[in-house]
This record gives sequence, structure tokens and C-alpha cells, in this order.
Amino acid sequence: MTQPVFWALVGMALVVIGLYGLIVHAHLLRKILALNVISSGVFLVFIALARRAPRDGAAISPGPDPVPQAMVLTGIVVAVAATGLAVALIVRLRAMTGRTTLGDEADN
Amino acid sequence: MDALSSIGWALDGVLASILLWLAWRTLSSPALFRAVVLFIAFGLVLALVWARLYAVDVALAEVAIGAGVTGALLLSALARLEPPMGRGRRGDKDDQEF
Amino acid sequence: MTPPGYRQGDGRNAGGQAETAAGARARGQIPSWARASIALLLLALFGGLALAVLSLSSPAPGLSEAVAARIGESGVSHPVTAVLLNFRAYDTLLELVVLVVAMIGAWSVGTARGCGGDTPGPLLRHLPRLLAPLMVLAAGYLLWAGAHSPGGAFQAGSLLGGVGILLCLSGRPLPDGLLGWPLRLAAMLGVIVFAALGAGVAALPGGSPLGWPPDAAKALILSIELAAMLSIGFILAALFAGGRP
Repeated sequence: MTQPVFWALVGMALVVIGLYGLIVHAHLLRKILALNVISSGVFLVFIALARRAPRDGAAISPGPDPVPQAMVLTGIVVAVAATGLAVALIVRLRAMTGRTTLGDEADN
Repeated sequence: MDALSSIGWALDGVLASILLWLAWRTLSSPALFRAVVLFIAFGLVLALVWARLYAVDVALAEVAIGAGVTGALLLSALARLEPPMGRGRRGDKDDQEF
Repeated sequence: MTPPGYRQGDGRNAGGQAETAAGARARGQIPSWARASIALLLLALFGGLALAVLSLSSPAPGLSEAVAARIGESGVSHPVTAVLLNFRAYDTLLELVVLVVAMIGAWSVGTARGCGGDTPGPLLRHLPRLLAPLMVLAAGYLLWAGAHSPGGAFQAGSLLGGVGILLCLSGRPLPDGLLGWPLRLAAMLGVIVFAALGAGVAALPGGSPLGWPPDAAKALILSIELAAMLSIGFILAALFAGGRP
């Protein structure tokens, strides 16, 4: 196993952990945290796999591939923007209904 | 060469286990405040991982955004969603009037 | 305005019951067998993904050589910046649009009401005086360094966003003169400059949209990065403030 494959596996583990948290937890802020963990895992898979060797011989590419890095960079900024929007929506939901979870228990 | 690579593997292993542990604790700790703080720590460790993978641009962005801005955003959301007893309810009252 | 009794009752109701409802949902409505089967399914998913990664071909396809071949005419010498602002400029332009849309979304669901805390402590009142100028300086350095080494508009912009958050936390209100169109202009600046220059080079003979001519590329990229940095910083701070001012 090479270093890129190792970190790609770690990234997938992060995605799976995040998915579990996303499904199991009801609190919306926790769901945001889970989504952020998932996106970190996806970025990790992307960057790690980009370090595989571009040609035979070397196990690991000498310089990092700039294209995935640029895409992950935009991805990180989009993720924080989405988080900000989601937080605004949750604060609004809390102000209007007093709840921080979704679901059909509106009449309690 | 061999010693260097085994040190590198040890570093990778330690970083990966810290990262996975922080992610798990972020999503499983019962207190939300602790979860957010753990998530900030997660972002910082992830920045170290980017540096390990020679993605320095991503590491810089992760430190500034993943740990800084997202952390501040989530902490302020937490302060608005679950104010401590007896104070800080003004915001919600203002919103009720809209 | 509202009697204090109502406020306390509301607090108990909203805070207490929402918490217990969430707890009941998390613990009661998802029984342990369902959790176990979710975990098993996700483990199977992980196994499948791991198999997929382990079976990837060894000489991996990559774009570093393609980038290295054309970096001379991109105007900058740092490959990531070249990809962001030259080779894949459409990505970055649309990403700035996404930021603006997110900010419009946040502004349309609520108004900003200070920045979380009620009154800033002595540390928050005085620390920004020291930190903010240094962070602005660091952002400027990162922006300039992005042309030849790691750094660039995104990192600098997020540092500026941090400056905005600090100023917001320190309780200094924005001057009234800035509240109207200057704020909206600051948010749109990156998109406006990027799109205008991109359309402008298309009007040149033999030009294409967002295809910078090699001899002017550095100046174009730096001015776009400057505008994008300001917009990113402002939008991140606005998202932190949480709504329309």
C-alpha cells in the first residue's frame, strides 16, 4: 500500500463516519457537522489519489497535481458558503418554530 | 531512506488515527459545544494532512476556512440556537416580531 | 416589550423541549437494530469503495504535465494559481457566483443582529486593533505570493473574512454610509471584475472569453484576484453576521 492509497482509504472512512452521523443525528447543527466531515473526506480522497504516479516506475508522483488542488480549493470555499447558508436557515427555523430538528412533530 | 520512510509512515498513521478519532467524537459527543470545538480541531489536523500530501495551497485554505471561519460560524450559530439560561434571548424575540 | 414571564416560558419551552425532542428522536426513534444495520450497510459501502481504490490502475492519469507544458503562457508561475485563474477560469468565476448566491440566500432569510455575543469583553474590544492590520497585511502578502508560490485569492480572502469576523465580534458597527449599495458592490466586485475582463478579452482580435493574452495575463490575473479576495472576505464575514444588515 502506498501513501496515496492509504490517505484515500482514510478519506473514505471519513465519508462513511460522516454519513452515519448524518443519518443518525436529528439536530440540524450536527447534520451540518456531518456534512462538513463528508466533504473533508471527499477532498481527502481527491487529493490523495492525485498523488499517484503519473507514469511507471515511481510509486508516488514527485510534484502534486495542481488541477485537483485547485478544484479542492474552490470546493472548500463553496463548502463554507453552504455551511453559512445552512446556519442562517437553521437560525430562522429556530426563530419561527422553536425547533432545531426537522420532522413531522410540528404540533408538540 | 528506509528509516525516513518508516518515520513518514508512523507520522501518517498517527495523523490518520487522530483525524478519524476526532471525526468520530465530533459526531458522537453528546454536547454540541464540544462537538463544534472538536470539529475545529479536526480542521487543524486536516490542514497537517494536506501539508503531508504536499497540497500547501489547500492546507493554507483549510487553516483559514476549515478551522477559522467555519468554526466561528458554527460557534455563533450555537450561541444563537441554544442560549445559556436566562440571557441572550433577545435575538429570538426580535425575530418573532417580523 | 414582551413580559419577562413570557420570555422565560418561551425559553424553557423552546430550549428544553427541543432538546428532549431531539434526544428522544435520536435515541428513541432510531432503535439500536436500525443503527446497527445502518452501520453494517455503511461498512459494506466502505468495503466496496476500498476495493475500487485498491484496484485502480498503477500509472495514474494526471494533468501535471499538461499544466507544466503551458504554464509559461499563463502569466503566473505557481501551477495552482495558473489552474484557478487561467486554465480553469470558468470554475473560479462560477464559484464566486455561488458565493454571492449563498450570501443572497442568507440575507433573504434574516437580518443580521450583531455577532452572537451581547457585549464584547476587553480582549475582543482591543485585540482587533492589533490583529486586524496585521491580518490585512498578511492577506496582501498571500495575494501577491500566489503568483509564484502557495497562496492566492482564496487564502487571502478567507483571512480577510477572519478580519471581518473579528471586527464584527468587537462590536464596531458599520458606518451608515456603507450600509446601502457599497456593501452590495463589495459582494459583487469579484464577479463583476472577473466577468467584465473575461468578456473584454473576448472582444480582442482572436480572443476568446476568459482566455487571457499571455503578455497581459499577469496584470489581469492579479486584478481579478484582488477583486475576488475582497469579495470572498466580505461574503464570508457577511455569512458570519448571518443576514441583511
